Amino acid sequence: MNRIDSTFGRLRMENRKGIIAYVTAGDPDLETTEKIVLKLAESGASMVELGVPFSDPVADGPVIQAASARALKNKVTLEKVLDLAGRIRKYSDIPLLVMTYYNPVYAYGNKRFVEKALASGLDGVIIPDLPLEEAGLPAKSLREAGLHYIYLLAPTSSPSRIKKTVTSASGFIYCVSVAGVTGARDFITTAGLRLLKDTRSLTDLPLALGFGISCPEQVRALGDQADAVIIGSALVKLIEKGGTEEEVLERVGSFLNKFRC
Amino acid sequence: MHSLPDHKGYFGSFGGRFVPETLMTALLELEESYRNFKENPQFQQELQYYLQQYCGRPTPLYYADRLTKRLGGAKVYLKREDLNHTGAHKINNTLGQGLMAVKMGKKRVIAETGAGQHGVATATVATMFGLKCTIYMGEEDIRRQELNVFRMKLLGASVIPVSSGSKTLKDATNEALRDWVANVDNTHYIIGSVVGPHPYPAMVRDFQKVIGLETKDQLFNIAGKLPDYLVACVGGGSNAAGFFYPFIEENAVGLIGVEAAGKGLSTAYHAATLSAGKPGVLHGNLSYLLQDEAGQVAIAHSISAGLDYPGVGPEHAYLKESGRACYVAVTDAEALKAFRMLARLEGIICALESAHALAYLEQLAPKLSTQQSVVVCLSGRGDKDVASVSKALKEADL
Repeated sequence: MNRIDSTFGRLRMENRKGIIAYVTAGDPDLETTEKIVLKLAESGASMVELGVPFSDPVADGPVIQAASARALKNKVTLEKVLDLAGRIRKYSDIPLLVMTYYNPVYAYGNKRFVEKALASGLDGVIIPDLPLEEAGLPAKSLREAGLHYIYLLAPTSSPSRIKKTVTSASGFIYCVSVAGVTGARDFITTAGLRLLKDTRSLTDLPLALGFGISCPEQVRALGDQADAVIIGSALVKLIEKGGTEEEVLERVGSFLNKFRC
Repeated sequence: MHSLPDHKGYFGSFGGRFVPETLMTALLELEESYRNFKENPQFQQELQYYLQQYCGRPTPLYYADRLTKRLGGAKVYLKREDLNHTGAHKINNTLGQGLMAVKMGKKRVIAETGAGQHGVATATVATMFGLKCTIYMGEEDIRRQELNVFRMKLLGASVIPVSSGSKTLKDATNEALRDWVANVDNTHYIIGSVVGPHPYPAMVRDFQKVIGLETKDQLFNIAGKLPDYLVACVGGGSNAAGFFYPFIEENAVGLIGVEAAGKGLSTAYHAATLSAGKPGVLHGNLSYLLQDEAGQVAIAHSISAGLDYPGVGPEHAYLKESGRACYVAVTDAEALKAFRMLARLEGIICALESAHALAYLEQLAPKLSTQQSVVVCLSGRGDKDVASVSKALKEADL
């Protein structure tokens, strides 16, 4: 069974909300990312998203753009991120996803990507610039290999798109809380809440809310409207602050601990 | 004329819509609106009015006698897009999209710009239609194109400097896309070239096809026949796309796109996407792309800010693969020489972008007979470039 499915199954039985933690792989370097992922797993993360740096991250705000640029300076590639996932998989069972723009996947080759993702023990893939209309082939081949292709929905998604998406989706649905790019905000928009409600009325799949989640108050206020939240920029910012490796690990660990519920 | 793109926005295997979900509904609506406006006689009539009375169309097709004699071969005609209001072909498209924005009830337009010509054309039209206007421009381009930055501000637009990545057109486009994602309800994004997600490549081409349609009529009136070759510069490729389109099914007409070879194709400093890139996805479409082995987009280089882009319109990728058009590249130095040659022979100071198309003529025209004809799209005027050309000529000791 895919680890994403078993994790959501367990969360539902325990009546808890999942925490999906995003980090840009290779910021500050791949060795530290590996330790950060383990720390996140110890500190209450239910799943981890490894961001693949890209030269032109159009869906990201300034914090993840900067992290992406730092990781690219370290010559981090899609292949190296998949290798990192493989290393983490040797000693952790936490569900792992990669979030990557499409061009690195296209350059790597769809087939080769699916084989490598499977061999690395990956559970899901998120490609923010590959909407429903274009995702067909990659989504199908990932799914046949037992991985989830995670679709996104936005407050601007029309009712007919929500309907089409829920029929194609598996694993969970990534609900984008605002019409905008990634970045920490301290509230959840009514548009985000309405998207959750509209999507919930059409599917039992787990719903994860992302973009702008940065504090435990937001998560508590959500109640049972979402099955999970995705925390990205707020974490990346804590990593950006730097210091010794111990300081960084301590900082991300204690931050994530506050979200336990 | 050929009927591409298909309903998914593909020209053969190129094109498509590779954008965040947030933009999909807006793109589908835009496609629907565009389809309606395209068939709507009232909209077309209104657009014609502005093209004639505001923009100054039709632009002349000028027989360049002294240039023809110098090159010693085919007759050379220049399609004078430089004589449009605001000084380049860009306004053909911004008038079309601006009018659409008004009809769609949008209150604000945004645009990316490289050389600043598209930014100026957008700011101009926004002011004329009473729309708020924000232009994204890379810091490097702001430095190179000071005059156009001032023009945009004078026209009431706010110009936002972009300091990420290569600080040029690619990065300005990223930032404009991010703005659009966040303001899609009240904002129309006027993309300046035949790039971006469907329907932009087809829509921008259709607003630019007036260049080719006029050329066809004008040359027929002068010479009673079709040209043997059309030559246009290609960055994103909008002037070339609109120039070529009415001739695509005229197989006797050779179509040649000229890319920027910068400091040479054997160096890392060029912007010749079709000549030296490979297929990839950037800014919403699958086309040729300058990129590294891992799929990271490379930084383009050209002396001409308007050609300094690592992508290219998907229709050009299709025309290349199908063999219907061919794409060549000329260097910064060759473009500079052509720039000066046209000024000295014909008294026309053209844009550095257009100078690339002219530079290729030196290779093409002498090989042809005096009975043959070549039309070059003179996409813009060169006032914006005189300062950087003066500096470059000194540096290159030309």
